[in-house]
Amino acid sequence: MELGGLASFLVFFLTLAGIYAIMTLGLNVQWGFSGQFNIGIAGFWAVGSYAAAILTTPESPYHLGGFAWPMLPSALFAAALSALIALLIGLICVNLRTDYLAIATIGIGEIIRLVLKNEEWLTNGVRGIPAIPRPFSGYGRDVQALLFLALVVAAIIVVHALLERARRSPWGRVQRAIRDNEAAARASGKNVLRFRLEAFVLGAAIMGFGGALYAHFAGFISPEAFDPLFATFLVWVMLIAGGSGNNRGAILGAFAIWALWSGTQFLTAYLPIEWAARGGALRVLLVGLLLQVILISRPEGLLPERPPRPIAGRARRP
Amino acid sequence: MLIDLLQLTIFGLVVGGIFALGAVGVSMLFGILRFANFAHGDMMTLGGYFALVVVGPLALPMWIAFPVALAATAAVAVVIDRLLFRRLRRTAPVILLISSFGLALILRSIIQIVWGPENVVYWTEITLPWRFGGLRIRPDHLVMLAVTVTLVVLLHLFLTRTRMGKAMRAMADDPDLARVTGIDTERVIAWTWIIGGALAAAAGIFLAVDTRLNPLLGWNTLLPVFAAALLGGIGKPYGAIAGGFLLGIVSEVSTLFLEPVYKPAVAFALIVLVLVYRPTGIFGGR
Repeated sequence: MELGGLASFLVFFLTLAGIYAIMTLGLNVQWGFSGQFNIGIAGFWAVGSYAAAILTTPESPYHLGGFAWPMLPSALFAAALSALIALLIGLICVNLRTDYLAIATIGIGEIIRLVLKNEEWLTNGVRGIPAIPRPFSGYGRDVQALLFLALVVAAIIVVHALLERARRSPWGRVQRAIRDNEAAARASGKNVLRFRLEAFVLGAAIMGFGGALYAHFAGFISPEAFDPLFATFLVWVMLIAGGSGNNRGAILGAFAIWALWSGTQFLTAYLPIEWAARGGALRVLLVGLLLQVILISRPEGLLPERPPRPIAGRARRP
Repeated sequence: MLIDLLQLTIFGLVVGGIFALGAVGVSMLFGILRFANFAHGDMMTLGGYFALVVVGPLALPMWIAFPVALAATAAVAVVIDRLLFRRLRRTAPVILLISSFGLALILRSIIQIVWGPENVVYWTEITLPWRFGGLRIRPDHLVMLAVTVTLVVLLHLFLTRTRMGKAMRAMADDPDLARVTGIDTERVIAWTWIIGGALAAAAGIFLAVDTRLNPLLGWNTLLPVFAAALLGGIGKPYGAIAGGFLLGIVSEVSTLFLEPVYKPAVAFALIVLVLVYRPTGIFGGR
């Protein structure tokens, strides 16, 4: 099977947007459900990507490797490692006020980036890790791309189903209660610290998993790919634009903003040549302005959060 | 060893002064508007580039460029507040935080578009450091330190001697009470941006003199600036100054034991320690 240029670009576009959708779903657990401000997304993403890369690449003199794990266990390990880091950070920081947590997560993102850049024995430093195996590599290029897209879509469906279940469950209600009125939640006997920690760790695990998918999709990763702002910022804009607190909104936002982001790439392609080098900055500027417009005019996003319908017939009175 | 320690302490004072100038703005804005301004680092960068315009294309000396850049950055800060933050003030402070995060990127991309992504310097001639025994002291470091101290003294006089300064402190203590007593809160907010913006510009220029000017300069300094504000107790300008100097010295001296590339990690470790053991800062803030 041969895909035309446009179709093959579409598959590429959808796959990458899908990976961003998983990141956005992860952030939705932390911010949308639980109201915790994480701007270290790039860090968790990088941890997931590097863990998957190191576990699955063949042995190399340039970085740690040669474990030859299959991809699924390594992706789950990537999620677990990201969750573990979130747990360690969370034990210290989760009980802090939003602003403090935000500052702390910048620090985490920064430290993870420094480690990846400087610990060459582990990550090959700035030169990155090449030759990360891609799944379905036995098929032709186009079939492989389509199968990978199917894998990403399946991952989105599974993560979405799990999070939707979580959102409707008593656990999700407690998260919202803590987010909207911490004192009241505490007064009704909820362990605020624990619930927050759970949401923070769950979100980070999803981001780690997304990171693993990204590594297998890209085939090559380097610290450059995890520009702290770039990855983090886009995911934030996606969630705010889509509607924080709403899982479908998170997915919609990811695809919509990724479409816009890719669209601006075509736009900057028409720039005169002396501006071409600055096209990247222009694109960031446009997305930054978009975020401000959304915050001022429609802060609830495309699909605003709606409280879940009570599960009929199962409501029990105490 | 002792001489190394002394040398690093001097570097620490210089860098700490830069952190302090940035942290004062972050801390005061937090006291008045209750949000951590993530665009503060990029305001620093902007100030650095404003000075570059005056020293470079206009070919004027730095002592003219410095006040011009401070005024220009303060003006930009006020305009941004009017265009953006004022519209968001009625919502939760965390929306301001998200917005400032976006603003950081907007400022940075504008800087990249206008001035390009390269490293630049204000002047190329190198002044030799003075030597005192084993100590080396750069003349420009002394100037920077002197200007920092002057700015801090001016800030102190402003906060304690002028009506606006007193109104500012009153509003940081209790916004509702301040409003009831007839303080024009919008004017106080504007003045907070003016001071925060001007001091950020000073910090940005010093950073650029100390190293090199590039669009990421301010963002890379944001973490220590926040750390300094937290150390001093966020919302307390004097605490922020002390926190800045303390952090500067600690992070420079840490290079005796730690690879210099991990300097930002020291700021982070200090943040964590403060948040865990003294969430109100060493000097007791909010």
